[in-house]
Amino acid sequence: MDPLKVGDRRVLERHDFPSLFRALHEKGYQVVGPTVRDGAIVYDRLSGVEELPIGWTDRQGPGKYRLERRQDEALFGYVVGPFSWKKFLYPSHERLWTATRDGTSFVVAPEPVDGPPLAFLGMRACELAGVDVQDRVFMGGPVVDPGYAARRRRILRIAVQCGQAGGSCFCVSMGTGPGVRQGADLIVTEVLEGKRHYFLIEVGSPEGAAVLADVPLKAAAADDPAKAEAIVERAAGAMGRKLDTEGIHDLLLKNLDHPRWEVVARRCLSCTNCTMVCPTCFCSTQEEVPDLAVEKVERWRRWDSCFNLGLTEMHGQAVRKSGLSRYRQWLTHKLASWHDQFGTSGCVGCGRCITWCPVGIDLTEEVAAIRTVTPALATSEGKK
Amino acid sequence: MATDALRSQGHSHGTLGVTAHPYAPRPFVVRARTQETPDTVTLRLAPQLPGDRLSFKGGQFNMVYVFGVGESAISISGDTAHPEELVHTVRAVGKITNALAALTPGAVVGIRGPYGQGWPLDSARGRDVVVVAGGLGLPPLRPTLYEIFRHRESFGRVEVIYGARTPKDLVFAEEARTWLQRSDIRLQITVDAAERDWNGDVGVVTVRIPDARFDPANTTAFVCGPEIMMKFTAQALVQRGVPAEAIWLSMERNMKCALGFCGHCQYGPSFVCRDGPCLPYKTLAPLLAVKEV
Amino acid sequence: MTATVSEAIADRVLRHPFFVDIDPTLVHAMVSKAEERSYDVGEMLVHEGKPAEEFFLVLEGKIALEVGGSDRPGITVETIEKGEILGWSWLVAPYRWRFDARASKPTKVIAINAAAARYALAAHPAFGYHFLMKLLPVIADRLENTRVQLLDIHGH
Repeated sequence: MDPLKVGDRRVLERHDFPSLFRALHEKGYQVVGPTVRDGAIVYDRLSGVEELPIGWTDRQGPGKYRLERRQDEALFGYVVGPFSWKKFLYPSHERLWTATRDGTSFVVAPEPVDGPPLAFLGMRACELAGVDVQDRVFMGGPVVDPGYAARRRRILRIAVQCGQAGGSCFCVSMGTGPGVRQGADLIVTEVLEGKRHYFLIEVGSPEGAAVLADVPLKAAAADDPAKAEAIVERAAGAMGRKLDTEGIHDLLLKNLDHPRWEVVARRCLSCTNCTMVCPTCFCSTQEEVPDLAVEKVERWRRWDSCFNLGLTEMHGQAVRKSGLSRYRQWLTHKLASWHDQFGTSGCVGCGRCITWCPVGIDLTEEVAAIRTVTPALATSEGKK
Repeated sequence: MATDALRSQGHSHGTLGVTAHPYAPRPFVVRARTQETPDTVTLRLAPQLPGDRLSFKGGQFNMVYVFGVGESAISISGDTAHPEELVHTVRAVGKITNALAALTPGAVVGIRGPYGQGWPLDSARGRDVVVVAGGLGLPPLRPTLYEIFRHRESFGRVEVIYGARTPKDLVFAEEARTWLQRSDIRLQITVDAAERDWNGDVGVVTVRIPDARFDPANTTAFVCGPEIMMKFTAQALVQRGVPAEAIWLSMERNMKCALGFCGHCQYGPSFVCRDGPCLPYKTLAPLLAVKEV
Repeated sequence: MTATVSEAIADRVLRHPFFVDIDPTLVHAMVSKAEERSYDVGEMLVHEGKPAEEFFLVLEGKIALEVGGSDRPGITVETIEKGEILGWSWLVAPYRWRFDARASKPTKVIAINAAAARYALAAHPAFGYHFLMKLLPVIADRLENTRVQLLDIHGH
């Protein structure tokens, strides 16, 4: 066959899937993808097809997640697990530099970024959008985060389109999926039809084309693209929930005194689960770690959360002391301020925050409540 | 040698370390230390790496680092015309600032910066200028005052109002007395409460605004101090007719990276480290009325 | 807000310590738009910065006045109780609340429309004078109390 170019579609049979792993290893990639661990589908380093969550699916809802066996042997028959790809591009703990005493002064040695390039196998459309959102945070401004940029340059993005919707997700509302439109090096759609089990692969970039060079591929049938569309349409039609984003920026930022905040604050535990599982949350803190003699010091960065009291500590006390103010900060930042800061929503509609909230707070419900319940003050303001 | 080691690690120190790692501090030596008030100290620093200098704009800040302790965001309080000397005025309130306040000449600190949007002095050219400082709000305004003195003919009337809690809490007290002697600006000093040996004004800074001499429609105001003081001062200025977009406040929030990455310093949609700290009251007003923003 | 006010509410206003010695017909003119309201503990009556479209006569309970910047939870600087009046922002431009007010006990108030009240005061100057002379000592007391609080903050 002719060398592949962007936009080309081919078919990879299920029994040939291991050759994709081989091709990736040969190109020097460490494959990272979904695997079952501790009752969840998490992303980790994979050495072969057998480690994929074959025949597993997930059932999600507010505060609920469990795995279930499927009737078939689909490799990607689940939705999203607790963690996103964030931890590979923006690790939860990262050493930024090491400094050593030099007389009265000191010398700083920044930490190099090393390790093999990673192939992210199984990125969902919402997750691609999540990476795009974090790209704007860490690389879109006047200063670029060197660690994030170095890691980001070295990933291969293999997307897998969703064939089913999860109980918590709402990518359609956020315009991020379920179909993968751009940002992937390869776009895979898994097809199970009776006895046939194959993957339709669309080439998204020259890097993606290069990986497929030695993979046994067949020509796509004439109706394969339509089949892939139908699979995605099915997922789009079965979304677990909706978020009405109409005028959401002003709706939230002009209602900082809305009584709904009190209601949700009574439920929220400030446990920070939502910020940890969210693909776009990026708050971090820095720690100075000296050795015993304070001759050598390491500066570490680690994930933080706007739900933590310490985040806003100033002059001995937190600015956002109440749980209410912290929940309000999280929601208004994610859905409103993010637009002012980065030109997009901070939410990609993956639903993780809903699934992994121990008390099942659903931000789509909170926004709807703020929208429909107008307190007397807001009404009289409107009358003016 | 420190310089060679840094160069091999990809540091460039010639031009504010533009190619240096954004999280890595540069060494500065303490040349002099002055006790301003019981809990406030001014440190005069010089860059240690040959060729290093710190050019800044009034209102900007640095992340000041004590080896083994940590970093703190501190406004620059020196003169923009003398970038070879970096001046910081520090109030000792926490672990890092206490360590800074205890340093003596010869000690080395780390500097990252300068960061932030400073006071938009250019927008005040040809206008009356009102500068209102509360307590530790004077250090971040001092570099801009020096620029106003240097280019006095570029501005209309200049009113400076400086207030502190008690006379003991006035920083740059000696220098402020020389400003009182100047005929090209009008300076009013006031305190919240005082004992009998104080024969100056008593009352919050806002009390001085109705009598201050400026043309509201053609005035730019720079306000710095505790948030509640800035809030009431801005309201008093608006009451006199100064447009909200011509009133600038210097906001303060907890900072860790000062680069817009750690999320700590957010105030509404603004990153105080990057969009501020100097921000227009027009943008700030709705947020200032809400608690715990 | 009801267009006409019930006899029951008018009666309660007339018997409120603040209005008890004011000519009833003028009080009726002032409270042409009024209603009784209840607030649970923690409920907000007013928010700083919002238009001050009404003022309140406290019938029962306790209201905490909170002030502060946006960098703290609000500090309660005063509490208002049964028999007292809450609010003078409606009389002073720009007619926006200068504090938050929160019910710290289950509270009942009569909320009186400010625009209607201002009109009544302007239309009947003698009444207006009488009303303001009742309000002035309340504000003066609060100012004096605030000064005492300030001295305490400065450790004198």
